[in-house]
Amino acid sequence: MVQYATFKIGENTFGVDVRVVQEVLRPHPITRVPLAPPAIAGLINLRGQVVTAVDMRQRLGLAANSGEREAMNVVARVGDGVVSLLVDSIGDVIEVDDSLFEAPPETLSGPARGLVLGAFKLDSALLLALDVIRVADIDVAA
Amino acid sequence: MFEVDEVIAEFLVESHENLDQLDRDLVALEREPGNRDLVASIFRTIHTIKGTCGFLAFHQLEAVTHAGENLLARIRDGRLELDADRANVLLEMVDVVRGLLGEIESTGAEGEHDHSGLVAKITTSMEPSPVSSIATPTSAVDDVDTSAPATSTDDEPASTVNVSTVPETAADDHEASESEPAQVDSHEPTPVKAPVKRASRAKAASKPDASSDNSPNDIPSEVVVSQAKPSTTVLDATSDDADEHESGRHDSDGRRSVADSTLRVDVDLLDTLMRLVGELVLTRNQLLANSSQMDAGMIRATQRLNLIASELQEGVMKTRMQPIDNVWSKLPRVVRDLGQQCGREVRLEMVGRDTELDKTILEAVKDPLTHVVRNAVDHGIETPEERLAAGKSREGTLTLRAFHEGGQVNIEISDDGAGIDPDRILAKALERGVITREAADRLTEREVLQLIFAPGFSTKEAVSNVSGRGVGMDVVKTNIENIGGIVDISTELGQGTTIRMKIPLTLAIIPTVTIESGGERFAIPQISLIELVSLNDEQGAARIEYLSGAPVYRLRGNLLPLIFFNELLSLEDRSSDGRTIAVLQADGQQFGLVVDEVVNTEEIVVKPLSHQLKRISIYSGATILGDGRVALILDVLALATMSGVLAGDRSALEQGHSDADLDGDEQAHLLVRLGAERRMAIPLGDVTRLEEFRVASVEYAGRRQAVQYRGQILPLIRLSEVFGAMSMPDSEDTMHVVVHTIRGRTIGLVVDEILDITTGPMGAREESTQMGLSGSAVVQDRITELLNVAEAVALADPSLADLFDEPDSEPDVLPELPEVPPVGHGHGRRRSSHYAGV
Repeated sequence: MVQYATFKIGENTFGVDVRVVQEVLRPHPITRVPLAPPAIAGLINLRGQVVTAVDMRQRLGLAANSGEREAMNVVARVGDGVVSLLVDSIGDVIEVDDSLFEAPPETLSGPARGLVLGAFKLDSALLLALDVIRVADIDVAA
Repeated sequence: MFEVDEVIAEFLVESHENLDQLDRDLVALEREPGNRDLVASIFRTIHTIKGTCGFLAFHQLEAVTHAGENLLARIRDGRLELDADRANVLLEMVDVVRGLLGEIESTGAEGEHDHSGLVAKITTSMEPSPVSSIATPTSAVDDVDTSAPATSTDDEPASTVNVSTVPETAADDHEASESEPAQVDSHEPTPVKAPVKRASRAKAASKPDASSDNSPNDIPSEVVVSQAKPSTTVLDATSDDADEHESGRHDSDGRRSVADSTLRVDVDLLDTLMRLVGELVLTRNQLLANSSQMDAGMIRATQRLNLIASELQEGVMKTRMQPIDNVWSKLPRVVRDLGQQCGREVRLEMVGRDTELDKTILEAVKDPLTHVVRNAVDHGIETPEERLAAGKSREGTLTLRAFHEGGQVNIEISDDGAGIDPDRILAKALERGVITREAADRLTEREVLQLIFAPGFSTKEAVSNVSGRGVGMDVVKTNIENIGGIVDISTELGQGTTIRMKIPLTLAIIPTVTIESGGERFAIPQISLIELVSLNDEQGAARIEYLSGAPVYRLRGNLLPLIFFNELLSLEDRSSDGRTIAVLQADGQQFGLVVDEVVNTEEIVVKPLSHQLKRISIYSGATILGDGRVALILDVLALATMSGVLAGDRSALEQGHSDADLDGDEQAHLLVRLGAERRMAIPLGDVTRLEEFRVASVEYAGRRQAVQYRGQILPLIRLSEVFGAMSMPDSEDTMHVVVHTIRGRTIGLVVDEILDITTGPMGAREESTQMGLSGSAVVQDRITELLNVAEAVALADPSLADLFDEPDSEPDVLPELPEVPPVGHGHGRRRSSHYAGV
């Protein structure tokens, strides 16, 4: 059994292994970084630490947030640093059974496909397991 | 890797320190062969290493140091002289010892090298030179290998005695740790020379361990035990006087007290402390930013916190500070060896050895500094013959100077060598393809010099193993810039060359100015900032012109290429009309960064950027501002490179430049008011900057008035007195001063009001016969006198007049006020003299 922290981006529910999640934060003021790739939303001040925030909607090729609600931060450990994933809303931490795990569904296309490890077929919905390392791997040249 | 155990680790640290001292002492000793203190110090150092390594069973090390010690003992006793050969042998020994220590550090063992050659060499060099053998016919050559009880057949001054019965480890332990001061004078295995006096000799002889053998009673004795035996010790009680014994003891006393009052701290711990202090400083900044919402008690507490945080910051920074001498101390040896190798005679002078720098920065400047010094010896200073032919002293002088200035450390390396010929540089740069012929034609002399820092550049015809390998000044420059520093070069053909490095005191906390553009804040390191020019009024905005499409600004008659920050970063343009030009310096050139607003100055803590952003070159890091927001720190050099202002279309700029140069009528002037009515125009080229001083800060020296300004004395000249204008009494608290710099001297011209800067054409003009004025003209519909600064200064204070006498041929770089744009200033001054003739 693995615990997943879940959140919604657009229509889909995503999750990351709870062990890599450092914390979940309310919307934070973001400093934009001009000339950075669009997927990088900017920098946030996490108790004195400067953390890069990734705009998950951008990253997954979705339209920008309509703007009525500010994005939440899912702060995840990647390598020896941390990165904040900007998501639409935060869900529960749920336990999933490995047996429910499947390869990414065929319906999943676009940039999302390369960032998802696979899907857990839950009763209520499909939980897409994000590959945080790939998500954070944003090159300036890209 | 081998786990070095604690005792050995300590030994290594201590020995490395000792070796550095040794290098220094040996070089110094060669200059001053008679200095007994130096010899004694060297002897002690080697002896300590020898003793400890015997204890730790590093036998090769012991053998080498033992041989060196024997040679040193003879030199110390005056039986041998330290000539160049012996110095070389000793320095070679130091190198071998250093190598062995390195081996021990990495592998834990001495390795399998054979150093008997060196030992033999040292032994050979102990053959007395003619001079000393006359003085002391007793050559004690055989001492080295005397393993058996020595034959006391030597002459009076020295006899050899074996004391192999002395439990060596215990004895050496004593002297190495010097933990038992009470025993020092009676305990013979100290490196300290024992007195000749019969009484002390008797005492020594009566010691149980020394008296056991055939110790002679009436003659000074030297006890040497062969290195073949693991337990060796040296008793050196030759013909030295009691004073020296005393001084030796003082030394050891001094060292003991230092050891008691200091302790070694792990650098990691200091790094952690520094980081925490950085956080504290940021938190303090945040508190200060919110102080408006606090009640009185809270404000008091915040202010106290502010003070304490500042003090703590200073204190922790101090723990990381080390004198630059830690790096410099290696240079005498470098200079000496290199000088010998290249046939140069070089005297090394060091000024400001105790100037302190952060440890990390010190590490970072070590290699560039060494490289520049090597360059100076190899390229800069001529051979003795060439020097004599040029009418200089045989010996070249290399001067290292370090001093603090404005939160930065300045390091200057100057030689009095041949200087650098710009033409040769240019020729070489063309040959190497560093620049094109077209580009070369347009370069100013200063820019030509900058080519030295271009990658792949070296002018030395023959590639030596010293320098000229093509890895050179470009690496120096990159390394210095990596730590946020600046390198600059100035030279005069035949007179010498000076390299200046300007380096931040610390990397962790840097002073910056915060700017805002397009709603975002950015921090610019103050080291790159020269001045801020406000474009708030219409006249300012109108002075932005376009030359071949490139925006430029006329700053005191010079054209400053501009970067519109908002455009460069594709930020939306939020500014209405108020804008500011931040005049920045990168690569020895200036450019203006047009930003929406300058917010404030702030000390910031640099935080690294995540790898996703590292490749955006224009940001060198990020920081957290007082209001808790994250701000990006700009890399000024990358900014300039990216926008192409440094390599931009220069021909267009030069064109505009020469226009400005030629047209005297278009010359910019600073308009000031003297007295109630009188208006005067000062050529802007003569204006270094404008300052306000509190009237109360004026000090008097005789009739002269002066204020303290940037750590210097700024003599004041009241123009209204010079020209007999009715000056307004100092009713205001502040006075307006036009700062004028010439030949490194700075003079303050006191005026009653600063009115305006005008660039427009002068109206009707009339020559003037009055001293100090070059004429009068109608400016802005008012009659305005044109000031001749040189004459006016001479009129007011004849002692300053000679500043203006010589033709203006000095290099334009003014070390006293480095904020002054060197290029701009040079042009300004030239124009002003041109103008004075109008």
